[in-house]
Order: sequence, then C-alpha cells, then structure tokens
Amino acid sequence: MNSSRKRHVRLVVSLTLAVALASGLVYTSFSAADPALTPTQLLARAQPGVTYQLTGTVVAGSVRHRADGVLDFSLSDRAGGGRSVPVSYTGAVPDPFRVGRELIVTVNKSGNSFVAQPNSMITKCPSKYVAAPNPKST
Amino acid sequence: MTEVLGVLVIAALLAFVVWFVGSPLRHPTTTVERESDAQRALEAAKDAKYAEIRDTELDYRTGKLSEEDFRAIDRQLRAEAVEILRALDELR
Amino acid sequence: MAVVGRAALVLALLTTLFGIGASLYGARRGRREWVEVGRRSVYALVAILTVGIAILEVAFISNDFAYNTVANNSSLTTPLVYRAAAMWGSQEGSLLLWVWLLSIWSSLAVFLTRNRLKEVVPYAVAVLLGFGTFFTSLLVFFATPFGQTSPAPQNGVGLDPLLRNPAMIIHPPMLYSGYTFFAIPFAFAVGALITRRVDAEWIQVARRFALASWLFLGVGVLLGARWAYYEIGWGGYWGWDPVENAALMPWLISTAFLHSIMIQEKRGMLKIWNASLVLGASTLAIFGTFLVRSGVLQSIHAFGASTLGVPFVLLIATMVAGSIYLVVSRRDVLRSEHQLDSLFSREAAFMLNNIVLVGLCFVIFWGTVFPLISQAFTGTTASVGPPWFDRYTVPLALVLVLLSGIGPVIPWRRATLANARRNFALPVAASVAMLIAAYTVVPISSSVPTVILFCAVAFVFASVGQEFWRGWRVRRAMSGDSPPLALISMVRRNQRRYGGYIVHLGIATLFLGVAASATFQHTHYVNLDRGQSDTVGGFTFTNEGPTAAIVDDPSGTGALLTLGAVVRVSRDGRRVTTLRPTAEYFADASGAEGPVGSLIGGDAVSELALDSTWRRDISAAINAVPLQASLQGEINYANKLVTPKLLAQQPTLPYILLAIVARNYLRHPPPAPLKLASSPLVMWLWLGALIVLFGGLIAIWPPPGAVRRRVRARYLARVAQDLGRA
Repeated sequence: MNSSRKRHVRLVVSLTLAVALASGLVYTSFSAADPALTPTQLLARAQPGVTYQLTGTVVAGSVRHRADGVLDFSLSDRAGGGRSVPVSYTGAVPDPFRVGRELIVTVNKSGNSFVAQPNSMITKCPSKYVAAPNPKST
Repeated sequence: MTEVLGVLVIAALLAFVVWFVGSPLRHPTTTVERESDAQRALEAAKDAKYAEIRDTELDYRTGKLSEEDFRAIDRQLRAEAVEILRALDELR
Repeated sequence: MAVVGRAALVLALLTTLFGIGASLYGARRGRREWVEVGRRSVYALVAILTVGIAILEVAFISNDFAYNTVANNSSLTTPLVYRAAAMWGSQEGSLLLWVWLLSIWSSLAVFLTRNRLKEVVPYAVAVLLGFGTFFTSLLVFFATPFGQTSPAPQNGVGLDPLLRNPAMIIHPPMLYSGYTFFAIPFAFAVGALITRRVDAEWIQVARRFALASWLFLGVGVLLGARWAYYEIGWGGYWGWDPVENAALMPWLISTAFLHSIMIQEKRGMLKIWNASLVLGASTLAIFGTFLVRSGVLQSIHAFGASTLGVPFVLLIATMVAGSIYLVVSRRDVLRSEHQLDSLFSREAAFMLNNIVLVGLCFVIFWGTVFPLISQAFTGTTASVGPPWFDRYTVPLALVLVLLSGIGPVIPWRRATLANARRNFALPVAASVAMLIAAYTVVPISSSVPTVILFCAVAFVFASVGQEFWRGWRVRRAMSGDSPPLALISMVRRNQRRYGGYIVHLGIATLFLGVAASATFQHTHYVNLDRGQSDTVGGFTFTNEGPTAAIVDDPSGTGALLTLGAVVRVSRDGRRVTTLRPTAEYFADASGAEGPVGSLIGGDAVSELALDSTWRRDISAAINAVPLQASLQGEINYANKLVTPKLLAQQPTLPYILLAIVARNYLRHPPPAPLKLASSPLVMWLWLGALIVLFGGLIAIWPPPGAVRRRVRARYLARVAQDLGRA
C-alpha cells in the first residue's frame, strides 16, 4: 500500500471509530439521563419507580424541619401559580435554601408525595433579576 | 453642579480620544521600514529553523535519536537553513 | 456621573466601530496611517472603559444606591473589599469587567505586534474591535450598569453572602482574563487566513497568545475549583456544573493546539487541524460565556434568565460560519507538507493526545448541552449527572496522563526498538514498581482506575526526571558549568521544552490528588450532641461544645450572628487537630421574619473548618439551615416579646433578645448538624496546579537572546532613519 492509500485508510478507520464511539456515548446518555421537570409537569406525569430532577421555587409557609431530621417543603413553578409538589428531604441542606429560592432536587414518587434522594439538593445563586424587596432602613 | 462636571468630563474624554486616535493622520510618519514583510517572515523562519537544529541535537544527545537518524535530519535541516539565508541575502 | 458612564459606553461603541472601519480601510488601500488609527482605537478603548469602570467602582465603594446595580448587589453592611468586588457580581457589572479586560489584553497584543505581522495586524485589530463592538452593544442596549432609580433607596440588598469570600476578588477577573484572552489567537488566526500568511511568524505569535490564554484560563478554572472546595453547598472542587464545563472546554482544545502546533512547526503538517483548533477554542470560550449569561441551562452559577441569549447565539453562529468559510477557502495555503512516518513517533503521540483531548471536550460538551438536546428531540428536558461524566472522562484522562509521560521520551519521526529500550526502560520500571506498591504498601488496590492512574503518574515522573537528568548531563558536558548553573542554563536555553515537561509533572501531580481524593474520601452527615462522636475514615470527630459570636463578625463578611461548634479530631486515641466550623447568619432587610428573626433571617453561610496535610484533608462544616431551624422556637418567642411600644422606647431590643438566644445556644446547644469528611491527598491537587503554573510561566517567558536582538535592531533602525533624514 503506498503512503497515500495508507493515509486514507488511517483516516477512514479513525473517523469510523470516532463515529462509533460518539454514537455509543449519545445512546447511553439518553438512558442515563434523568428527566428534569417543573412541579406542574411532575404532577402531570410522574410515575413511581422513576427518578426525576425537580426544579422549582420553595413555597412560603411550606418549610418544616421535622424532629427526625427530615425537611419537608413544597416546590412550585418558577413562574408562579400552578400546583405545588410536596417533598421530603434528608441530608445536607445547601446554605442558600430559603423560601422563594430556586433549587433542584432528585426525587422519586412515593404515594402522593415525593421522597428526595439524600443529599441531592442543589440551590442556585439567587437570581439577580427577581425584584428586590423594598429595603427598609436598617 | 455635578451635571456641569459630568459634561466637562465627557467633553474632555471625547477630545482626548479624537486627538489620540487621529494623531497618525495629522503626522504621517515616514516610517523607514528597516524590514519588509517578506524579510520579517524569512527572519522568523530562520529563527525557527535554528531552534529546530538545536532541538534536534539535544534530542540526539539525550538519546531520542539514533546517530544515523540524527546525521540525516541535521543535514536536511542545515540545508533548509542555508536556503533561507540565501533568500534573505537576495532580499537585501 | 451615571450620564458620564453611559456616555463613555456609547463613546466606546463608536470608537470600536470607527476603529474597525479605519483598520480595514488602511489594509485594503495600503494606507499605513489608517492602520495606525485602528491600532490607536484599541488603546483609546482602554482609556474610555477605564473611566466607565472607575465611575461604577466609586459608586459601589461610596454606597451610591441611586445606581440600580449597587442597590441590587451591595449594602451598607457589606465590607469594603466585597463592595468593590460586588461590581462584578451582577450581569451588567461583570460584562463591563469583561469588555474592560478584553480591551486591556487586546492593547497588549496590539502593542506586542507593533512591528510584526504587518499584513495580518489590521485584520486582527478589526476582529478584536469587533468583539469590543459586540460587548459594548450589550452594555449600551441590553444591560446597562448605569441605570438609576430616583429617589435613591437608603440601603441595598447586599452582596450574596456566598460570594463574600476572598476568591470573589480574584476568580472572576482571572477567569475573564482567560476568556477574553482567547479573542486574540482567534483574531490573529482570522487575519492570517484572510491574508494567507500562515507561516513561521504567525506560528510564533499564535503560540504565545494561545499559551497565555491557556495559562490564564487554567488558573481561573483552578481558582474556581479551590473556591468550590471551600463552599459547602457546592460539593467539592468539581461538580461537572455547566459553567465549570464551559470554562474547561476551550482550555482542553487550547491544550491540544499547543501540542499539535509543534508538529506544524517541525513538519508542516496539520495546518487545517491547527487553524480549526484555534478558531474552535475561541468559539467555545464565547459559547461558555453564553451558557453562563443566558440562563439556558440550570446551574449553580446561573445569572438567571436574561435577554442576552439571542445576541450571543448570533455571535457564535457568525464565528462558526466565518471560521468554516475561511478554512475551506484557504485550504490551499493549509496543505500539509509532509506525512506521518510511523505510528510510533512523537507526531503520532501528539495526534493521539489531540484526539483524546478533543474526545474529552466532546464528551463534556455533549453532557453539558444534553438538556437542550433532549428537549429538542424528546420534548422533555433531561440532564446527565456526575456519574455519567465520570464514566467517560476517567478513562480518557488516564490515557492523557500516560501520554504525557510517553511524549517527552519518544523520538520524532520514527521510534526504533533500540531507542525505545533506552528511553522507556526507566519509566516502565517505575510504573511496575508502583503497581507492586499498589498491591502491597499503598492502600489503593480496591480501585483499579486509581491503580492505573498511580502507575501512569509514576511513568510521567520517571520519564520527565530522566529527561531533566540527561539534558543536564549534556549541558554540563558541553559547557563545563557547575551543576546548579548547568540546570538553569539548560532550562533557559530550552524554556518551551522544559517548561512543558514541568507542566506535565504538574498535571500528573494534580491527577494524583484528584484520583486519591475522589476515590477514597469519606463523608458523613450526622447530628452530634455535645460529647458525642462519630468516626469517619479512621478519624474520630467529637463535638466538644458550641461557640457563638454576635455582631463580632469574625470572618469580616458582615454577618450579625455566628454560631459554631468545637470539633475535636483524634485518631487511635491521640488528638490530631481541633476544628471550629461556624455558620454565619445575615440580616433580612424585608423584615418578614419578625423583629428578631429578621436579624438572622437573610442568607446563611457555613464556613468550612479544614485541616490540611500532605496526607489528607480533614474537615467539618455546620449545616447552617437546619441549625437555624432548631432555634426557631426561641426566635418565635423573642419575636412576640417585641411590641411596638417597647421598640420605640428601646430600639436595640431585638439585638438584646438575639444575644439572649445566642447565650441560650451556648448553655443548651441543640445537636449540631455536621458534615464531617476526610479526603486523602487533596493538597497534591493544589500543588500540581502550582507546578503547572510554574511550568507555564517558564514556557512563556521571553528567551534570553530575543531581548538583546530586538534592542540592537532598534538601534539599527534609528541609524537608518537618521541617514534617511540627512
């Protein structure tokens, strides 16, 4: 095989390999991914036994730290309105956790409420585009 | 009062920018080009070639090139360097 | 003064547009003075933007809450140094920092190339100013930092306590410097392709700028990792967060470029590949900026949903389309001069390194944008988590580390069996020795990837050591210098080579730390009463008692109340260290939590207590939110005690009551909600990062001969000029 042919063969082999690996990657990503849903979406289509990533805003008045270390709270859609999803959470609570803050938590459906996987809560830096509360002088 | 100060600052900034950016148009310097573009490109190629020759020798001395490979490559590189020098001389 | 700021931004926008026109006109018509006008526009941009940024910083430092951005990001109680840093805590402020840094680095590039690449520079300047136009337009039309409200509020919301950390002062400027620096290789690549001047001179310039951007971005990413390590809620030094990934991708492509450009230099190969890498790295840098600012993806760093998404998409699309057009239309200049001689050669090793790096980048890219892809194809947003990323990046990283050991000792063009024996004997022996150690002495055999990595690291250390040793011996033989002098002169004469070898050492060290700490860390989340203990990774953590401080602000962040615990750590009965984790509580300006509750109803930040040695990191952190919840009963009671009448008579009553709550916490502390962790070899990660930085600096430092030559050339030019005038 002359060198030009060798080069072509190498190029074809490596490209084929690359495409094959990339396809494998792409394929597994779809099955390895958890669907990310808002509370409204979750209530509409959640099934038991499936893991979901729930993103929502903490509803005022819904936060209860239970004596056994479990944190109960409800999440509603970022846009507001809609129904809220009750979540029972165990584990580390990130510092920014607060009523009105947005967070992501991995949950499974259990009866009518949702149980979070331990230590799966992620909070986001508070959005700078939420209207700042009218600051009184301190 | 701060409005007047503000206007002054804007005016000063604008004047500075116009003066500074426009200065080459007012004083076109007869830049004696000591090196043309082609010359500069050849100088860069010469530097790179010299660096490669030194690099190859270091590779040989640290055992990454066999003696015969080194001699062959060194000969080739030096020939290429001579070509570059010749081209540079023609430009001068 | 806000008007001045706005005017400055408009002036900046006009200057960039004017500069683009001047540069292109000067290039097309061969009019040197117009090209010079274009270059001066870049310098003028620095001056204009400095005025703008100075006005904004003064507003922050002097607490001028008439400015919306000051009111939204700072407050009277935010400490001075964080007030100054708060300027870049917001979308608009950080954009201003971005474009200011872009102008500074562009000026540096323009200055350094004032006598070189004369054909290419006008186009490069036009591209750099083009970026300037884009970002100043964003500031002028979409996100102004100088918006004001009248009447001005009396206080601001305050800088998010999570950002009141020294890292906030350096990580964004360093990271943005890295990002903006990527504009420079892009601009010079575009200019070189347009003028078809892809030659040795371009390679020299492109490589230096690529190295500088690589260095800055790398430092920025590592600073971010270090910050994340100290912030509890961020789960360690790396979480595969979209924003973290966004900064890593251009860095990986840039690393690939720095290697494959050597092949182009030596053998005139891979020209199309290299041009694509340069253009791709910079496009990824802009893409990373887009990800952070558009709110398209869920991230810890998110600036929130914004209107900036569309302009960025347009810019990225333009960059991609323009790059493809340039590379395809100039492919005649980019033809390879030689071919690969053998699959066992340094060229082949570099190509494999490139493939691995691009592969890594692809995996990370796919995982990062997967939510968008799944949304487009299945209608549901789905995301992949760290386990997915780890599964694919770990094997690739292993190959990469191994290659970084093979590269320095494999010959160019063709490796024969003879020189393979000579060069690989020691490194292979080292990895075998490590393999044996892994199954006998070093307790890592439970994780096969970690064992492989340790062997690869041993390989790297041995091969780099061998290179230094041999090179040093050669230097001594050739120059007769004393041993230390020979080492220095050896490095000085080959800064790129030995700087690069040091970077490889650093990378290997870094991965050593990553592998050990990721695989063998132990973390427990427990509630410990006073006197209770828990054992984590062989260490016994005992809660010895509570701590409290009010209005004392021990860490200089402006917190009103700081609660903590004293945690004694011992091993086999002997005391190892004492940790003092704390939770800081900040005031809530809205008053929604009641008079006493609002004093601590704002954000909470837990401060990690860390004990680091070369062998392990031990840490304890308090879970701030549950701890505050356990005080809620007392707070509610205290709230009820504060009647308006009492408050009028004694305005400091809430503070007094808060002090009592704190005292009660000291007397009868609830169980402390703790996160306890022990992690081996974490310090090696940071050490590796420093070594990488050191090696990078050596590689980029101007070599000794260049300065003398330039000075002499300037004198010659002056002589020629004088003669021309006379």
